[in-house]
Amino acid sequence: MSFVDYFISALFLQAGYNSALVAVGAGLLGLSAGSAGAFIFLRKRALVSDAISHATLPGVGLAFMIMVAFGSDGRWLPGLIIGSAISSAIGLILVEWITRKTRLTEDAAIGAVLSVFFGFGIVLLTIIQTMSSGRQAGLENFLLGATAGMLISEATTIAIAGALAAGFVFLLRRPMTLVAFDPEYAATTGVNVRNIDLAMMGLALIVTVIGLKIVGLILIVALLIIPPVTARLWTNQVGKMIGISALVGGVSGYIGAVLSAAEASIPTGPIIVLVAFGFFMISALFSPLRGALASALRHHKFQRRVHRRQGLLALARREPIYDGLTLRILRRSGMIRRDGVATLRGRAASEKASRDEARWAVARRILPDDSAIERYDGLTPIEQMMTSDQIAEIDRMIAEQNGAKA
Amino acid sequence: MINDLITALGAEFVQLSLTPILIGVLAAIACALPGNFLLLRRQALIGDAISHVVLPGIVAAFLVTGTISAIPMMLGAGAAAIVAVVMIEVVKRLGRVEPGAAMGLVFTTLFAAGVLLLEMTDTSSVHIDVQHALLGNLESLIWFDAEGWSSLLDPQALATLPPQLPRLAIVLVGIMLFIGLFWKELKISTFDAAFAGAIGIRTGILGFALVVCTAIAAVAAFDAVGSIIVIAMFVCPPASARLMTNQLGRQVAWSVLFATISAILGYVFAGYGPGWFGSPYAVSAAGMIATISGIIMLLTCLFGPQRKRTGQQAEA
Repeated sequence: MSFVDYFISALFLQAGYNSALVAVGAGLLGLSAGSAGAFIFLRKRALVSDAISHATLPGVGLAFMIMVAFGSDGRWLPGLIIGSAISSAIGLILVEWITRKTRLTEDAAIGAVLSVFFGFGIVLLTIIQTMSSGRQAGLENFLLGATAGMLISEATTIAIAGALAAGFVFLLRRPMTLVAFDPEYAATTGVNVRNIDLAMMGLALIVTVIGLKIVGLILIVALLIIPPVTARLWTNQVGKMIGISALVGGVSGYIGAVLSAAEASIPTGPIIVLVAFGFFMISALFSPLRGALASALRHHKFQRRVHRRQGLLALARREPIYDGLTLRILRRSGMIRRDGVATLRGRAASEKASRDEARWAVARRILPDDSAIERYDGLTPIEQMMTSDQIAEIDRMIAEQNGAKA
Repeated sequence: MINDLITALGAEFVQLSLTPILIGVLAAIACALPGNFLLLRRQALIGDAISHVVLPGIVAAFLVTGTISAIPMMLGAGAAAIVAVVMIEVVKRLGRVEPGAAMGLVFTTLFAAGVLLLEMTDTSSVHIDVQHALLGNLESLIWFDAEGWSSLLDPQALATLPPQLPRLAIVLVGIMLFIGLFWKELKISTFDAAFAGAIGIRTGILGFALVVCTAIAAVAAFDAVGSIIVIAMFVCPPASARLMTNQLGRQVAWSVLFATISAILGYVFAGYGPGWFGSPYAVSAAGMIATISGIIMLLTCLFGPQRKRTGQQAEA
């Protein structure tokens, strides 16, 4: 079966029970990572999860050694997960403790915890490699993730834990949103900010430990960061952002696992991360809200409006126009002829523009506190920002002024 | 144990342990020096990011040149570091996201790309793998031709020193020169960027130069000791030093001392420590050095004379 055939059959869960389960497990993992990551991202603590994930390694090593000491073969996944959860919880507590009790900032605490725990974990791994039962332990797979040869029981554990974590996010979504946006306000409404913060990081911890086997501890942080950053490009609403983030995470996990099942030489963790990054790139270019293309179009449109407006005002004041872009825009919209003389339409539009400027000048004097004045960008027609009564009043004052002059 | 120590310091020591220890010390200091400024500028995690993106740079350099000689590798890694810094800036502006998230996005993606490239191409003929990138190969940097302490004066034996040693020495001198020459500027712009700008210091260029300096240190050290030590040394010795003193000069001195202690003790414990417990095997020196630096940092967090924030009273 060719790679593409296999990919397509695996995509629709037709490539065997085991790889289907792994793909679903990876999808659920991505889903919970995306939704939990959204809150951590909004709370601006994305890299704390990097410390959490690196801090799992000593726990994996110690759990393995303890299980071997009690006579098992040491590779029992739930045992390793519990060990990694304990050590990453210690890492998390240390980050909090260092930040609170010393003058060091959070980034230093993160860097220190992640490198030291990881280093100590590596020391433990080298010890395990010298143990007779450790040679085939395959604990290095926890660094970058590997789904090849995964047991069905392991895939089931991951799938269930991923679903539970996603459910947990759903239950806590309101207090977590509140804390992410306005911790002080949250505190006044009776939310225990510290506990919610801990719960958020606890979720990151759960995602990390269940993701160890599939994505690996070095890259799992990407699943907590890339989906929310991608989702943020599409929307300004929290609810939608969490949904999109979960979707991006879930689809990345699923497609990545399927790709890696279709071609054994592709390591699972990196490919999941790269699929997620692919979603980010597409969003960064094409999202209508914050994408590069939409921003460029908006900028271009705005530039044309400014040139048109300034050109019309210059026409009204009978000033010569030299700017090439302004001339082009006026000519194309039929405001001026080829030789630069205003057309009838052009004269009407320029008179309107100059009358509006005069109206704004009066408005600023008589209504200095009006919200329309603050919002005015120098381009929007006055009719869209003030009521017709207001405009009539302004016009009456202008007429009075002119009368007084005459 | 005493006998162990005596034989340990003999000819065998020069051949097997002297160069790794020296390389470890040089790498630790080269990373700790710029780490001081990164720490004070709250950019401590730049070291983390850079050490991750070195991997794709090295793999790409290998794919382009087909060799694993040092110069293209270092150029590739340096280029990757610059690409990463630019990408972080682009993601930050484009997505309007906080720097931490932008950094996390970029370095995990580049690291993933590096791993994928490595796994998809046939690099079985050369010694380049993820394990090596993470852990380095400090233990293998031995000095074959040394016959004892006298070899230090023997030009023929000196010529066979592991090339990482002179390379790191040159990098360290370069970093010391940079920090020494721009000491005043670095100090002012680190503590008060606005004032630095007002008196005509080009803070943008200086900040970029510091990042480049960090990248050079990371790349040079990475080759010898792997990325764990690199991250640990960027953060831990300066962070410990910060808790010892309020003066920048003394902080830098403390950080150099802590880096040196970590490298020496870490290597000794990794190489000889298991023997004291009756195990014939050594443990990872890179991991042990990082662990020691962490223990030093824990001690300074508990007992460092300047561990509290100034202006903050000790909690009752």
